[in-house]
Amino acid sequence: MTSATNRQDRRQFLGGGARTVGAMALAGFSGFLAGRSGKAEETVWQIDPDVCTTCGNCATYCVLDESAVKAVQCFDLCAMCDPCPGYFDLSHQERTTAAENQLCPTGAVLRTFIAEQAGVPRFEYYIEEKDCIGCGKCVEGCAMMNGSLYLQVRHDRCVNCNQCAIAIACPSQAFRRVPASQPYLMKKKALAATQRRGS
Amino acid sequence: MRRPLGILFATALLGLLAAGAGAQDLLSRPEIDGHATPTAEFPEPRSASLEYGDVAVLALALGLSVYLALVRRSRRGLFLLAIGSLAYFGFYRQGCVCAIGSIQNVALALSDSSYGVSLAILAFFALPLVATLFFGRTFCAAVCPLGAIQELFALRPVKVPPWLDQALGLAPYVYLGAAVVYAATGTAFIICEYDPFVAFFRLSGSANMLIVGACFLVIGLFIGRPYCRYLCPYGALLKPLSRLSRWHVRIPPEECINCRLCEDSCPYGAIRPPTVKQSVADRKATRLRLVLLLALSPLIVAATGWAGRGLGVPLARLHPESQLAERVRLEETGQVEGTTDASDAFYSTGRPRQELYAAALALHERFAVAGMLLGGWVALVIAVKLIHTNLHRQRTEYSAERGNCVSCGRCFWYCPAEQARLGLIENVDVVVKRPAAEKGES
Repeated sequence: MTSATNRQDRRQFLGGGARTVGAMALAGFSGFLAGRSGKAEETVWQIDPDVCTTCGNCATYCVLDESAVKAVQCFDLCAMCDPCPGYFDLSHQERTTAAENQLCPTGAVLRTFIAEQAGVPRFEYYIEEKDCIGCGKCVEGCAMMNGSLYLQVRHDRCVNCNQCAIAIACPSQAFRRVPASQPYLMKKKALAATQRRGS
Repeated sequence: MRRPLGILFATALLGLLAAGAGAQDLLSRPEIDGHATPTAEFPEPRSASLEYGDVAVLALALGLSVYLALVRRSRRGLFLLAIGSLAYFGFYRQGCVCAIGSIQNVALALSDSSYGVSLAILAFFALPLVATLFFGRTFCAAVCPLGAIQELFALRPVKVPPWLDQALGLAPYVYLGAAVVYAATGTAFIICEYDPFVAFFRLSGSANMLIVGACFLVIGLFIGRPYCRYLCPYGALLKPLSRLSRWHVRIPPEECINCRLCEDSCPYGAIRPPTVKQSVADRKATRLRLVLLLALSPLIVAATGWAGRGLGVPLARLHPESQLAERVRLEETGQVEGTTDASDAFYSTGRPRQELYAAALALHERFAVAGMLLGGWVALVIAVKLIHTNLHRQRTEYSAERGNCVSCGRCFWYCPAEQARLGLIENVDVVVKRPAAEKGES
């Protein structure tokens, strides 16, 4: 009986010791990580538009049925071109807004006449976000000119998966984690254009 | 009339392109009177303070789960809490971030000091571990959304033969090792990538993952909690901690009368009967096996670790840089025709091939080390398992195996002592006929 009790005591002691060590190790480990990077912010996924190759994976690989990635217009960079290569299919028939002339498969790029300058008509191009599927066709077209259109993860839609499914499928590694306080990335030249306008 | 216009336009564009070939030469934006440049809208992500709300909900759910499992001993309460957790962490928060996936954030933060793991994610990683160390796997019982969805589906559980159960039970440790390797090398978060249920939580996702998830649920009808038992890497962390737990659910509220009524009640095969006394010959054989195992295991771990070095290249294949280097090399040597999106993207950056190859070789080296650690880890897990199987511990009552028990509380109801405690029956003798002598004792 005594030996059984002894064994019980020993087991309890060992268990208690292991628990204490375990708890301290866990606390120490968490404390270490928290101390080193705890001030780090939440991160969110974003596309670096300078690296993006507009492959079209954003439209299909997102876990959401309608991708969280949408095209964005940087108006400061847009030259308001008349034949806009991001808007028109290069083999388009006429310079009208008829669907067959448009590059966008869902007609999400809207073209609005603004004014005529020295005989040249100027248009503003808007993205109708609810129609955009993030395929990047307009971005690819626009890249022939100023490249003011670019793809971004829209954070009102993104569910911020711990592992972004598009990031895995991205052929150019354009997806990366960015701090949640600065959740959007700009093209370098867009940044320059915005700064020029601001100054 | 129509064709020429298109061609004209195309040539005009090409001319423009040729003129403005330099990336710096941008067409300037015309200034138009009375037209202000619009600004694009950029919606903010979910506020960070809400993350701390999630942590609070997690802590609350953990506390409630411990209370329901250990104090109230209420299966119904645990079941309702599981549904609540499934609704909040699963369907409302859409499965991200969860404790299981947080392993990878922690692993990446450990290996890459530039990656900061936020306090909320750290809390998701550590809180359930600490709770398990003291109270057993109550996290699995009713807080984890993946556990909860499987708990709902465990309708017709069959018993998995012990040998199969034990063998499959090693898989989570291997998965954990692989997940840590891939997270720490910054390759991918494979636990999240192959999470079988997240597609259900979001009610969308790739067809493959929906099929895999559905398979897990169908299997889960007959084999209780297949993901938790045979795959979950977080469960692999929780198991040893649960074995050390200070307080753990007991099948009978007080004393076990060995009535055997609970014997088959556990859908997860975690209830163990009392041990029979070993014969002297058996004990000798076991002791010999143990000595052999203890002597051999360091050797096996070292040998497997060494062999694991060879895993470097196959392991590295999941890394995009290594994949790209392989593809570019094949294209360079003419072994494949054409290019891929990835190789096109690489060529357009103008990065020299040699630099890519060097990076890939460095990766192979890195993964060789990781493969060595992974090999050693797998051998260590198997060795510990074998030693553990050969340790003979005496049990005098039906008890839950603390590592495998998820504290779901299904067995409470089967215990006559529990029914007596609840006042549903007068005493256990109503249900169980016991010899008179034993009755007198108790």
